[in-house]
Amino acid sequence: MKTVRIGAGAGFAGDRIDPAVELARDGRLHYLVFECLAERTIALAQLAKRQGRSPGFDPLLRLRMEAVLPLCRKNQTRIITNMGAANPQAAARETILLARNLNLAGLRVAWVSGDDVLALLPNHTSGDHRETLVCANAYLGIEPLLDCLRANADVILTGRVADPSLFLAPMVHEFGWALDDWPRLGQGTAVGHLLECAGQLTGGYFADPGYKDVSGLDRLGFPLAEVSPSGDSILTKLIGSGGLLSIPNCKEQILYEVQDPARYLTPDVTADFSTIRFSDDGPNRVRVFGARGAARPQNLKVSTGFHAGLIAEGQISYAGPGALARARLARQILENRLHWIAIGDLRIDFIGIDAMHGAALSSPAPEPYEVRLRAAARFFHAPDAARLTQEIESLYVNGPAGGGGVSTSVRENIAMDAAYLPRQAVTPTFGIEVA
Amino acid sequence: MKLRELAHARTGDKGNLVNISLIAYNEANYLLLEQHVTAERVTRLFSPLITRPVERFCVPGLGALNFVLHRPPAESVTRSLALDAHGKTLSYALLNMDIDSAEP
Repeated sequence: MKTVRIGAGAGFAGDRIDPAVELARDGRLHYLVFECLAERTIALAQLAKRQGRSPGFDPLLRLRMEAVLPLCRKNQTRIITNMGAANPQAAARETILLARNLNLAGLRVAWVSGDDVLALLPNHTSGDHRETLVCANAYLGIEPLLDCLRANADVILTGRVADPSLFLAPMVHEFGWALDDWPRLGQGTAVGHLLECAGQLTGGYFADPGYKDVSGLDRLGFPLAEVSPSGDSILTKLIGSGGLLSIPNCKEQILYEVQDPARYLTPDVTADFSTIRFSDDGPNRVRVFGARGAARPQNLKVSTGFHAGLIAEGQISYAGPGALARARLARQILENRLHWIAIGDLRIDFIGIDAMHGAALSSPAPEPYEVRLRAAARFFHAPDAARLTQEIESLYVNGPAGGGGVSTSVRENIAMDAAYLPRQAVTPTFGIEVA
Repeated sequence: MKLRELAHARTGDKGNLVNISLIAYNEANYLLLEQHVTAERVTRLFSPLITRPVERFCVPGLGALNFVLHRPPAESVTRSLALDAHGKTLSYALLNMDIDSAEP
């Protein structure tokens, strides 16, 4: 029986590179997929491209490709990734240049475009009149990826594509599943969803000493799936790599970022994870089967990005006896001096006391030895942002006793919302170049 | 007993939605979770953070419940001024719930 081996090389833009190298070298993979494009990542890439600060593709593209291209070429592993971000065509050109430098002549590099739908949403607004729309990218599905695979692409670079589709496309291509074979597309989407966050399936975001012990997180192995023609798959990782791939892990990850498990919407299918089953198939080997699917949605989700001003932040610590009382006094001073900031645009927390879950949920905790005040505020005028950081710094000299360790920052804020477009309004395109 | 002794959890986010899965270590305890960790109870727990009642989805095949929290628009992951803008740490607020004092 034919089995297709698909590895997860990255679960976010800044992910570790060594686990992907190990998979490329020892995983006997047919496909290596890098998911590097969070909601906001593409907006930041669009802005960087427009302001001429970067070509618009993933800043780690070159580093990742250098690390895995020769191994993938040697092992006949095809690479699929959304590292094209805001400029897949430029990412393809960059990869071609790199391939030539690495003496990989003949490498076929494809790009997928058409996800940029900003022109279709001229009057789109968020709920906040101060915000302005800067980008809109539709989530594309497997179809343009299948075009690239049929054109014998060795590397595919995309912009906004639904994460599970990056994994589903090779399954559909290899097994010839029909584009309306909803049960198989549902099962394949489940496997893609399990893999898309890479190390989150193999023990990352899972370990809890004494409750969920995981060894070797410092050399965490990323997961791979051995997919059968029915879509039933074995999830596993390389022998000797760190981490743990267990059924509890799989249960956490299949529900990760899911609302109704029976209706997980992608451009390809309405997947049903509620019937999924996991069974043990040996150490760090889990069999996954039983997910289903129904017809795909008529509309495509669009990720819209808005200029949402600047977020300025400052922190200062207090320690020893009375630390919390002095931190509270500092907050009172700040609130009096920053009263001109609109309600809702200023937030002050005590790290170690209530910064994570808010005062109501945190109240039963005992007072710790040290407390760190954190103030954060939104501004639409840069000099105002500087006023906040100055107020934090002046707490050294003009605030409570024994304040130390001030840090401040100001960053541009891009806020993301979801919109929807009829699928017919969006036209994916692709191209291919040879090194 | 704390919920943490019976179940594990993971938080995910989508815009201003946060989902928290709650998964029985032993599938035999699933019905206990379903009975005690009601949408109403979880709504009360997270009431300072949400704008409408928590939704609960049951996945008995996995011994799991999935809770969906609706945060205010300004508390979406990309707009929030919070240190943990995603809400990733919230799973442990749920696991801190007391299970024996729960009203069924």
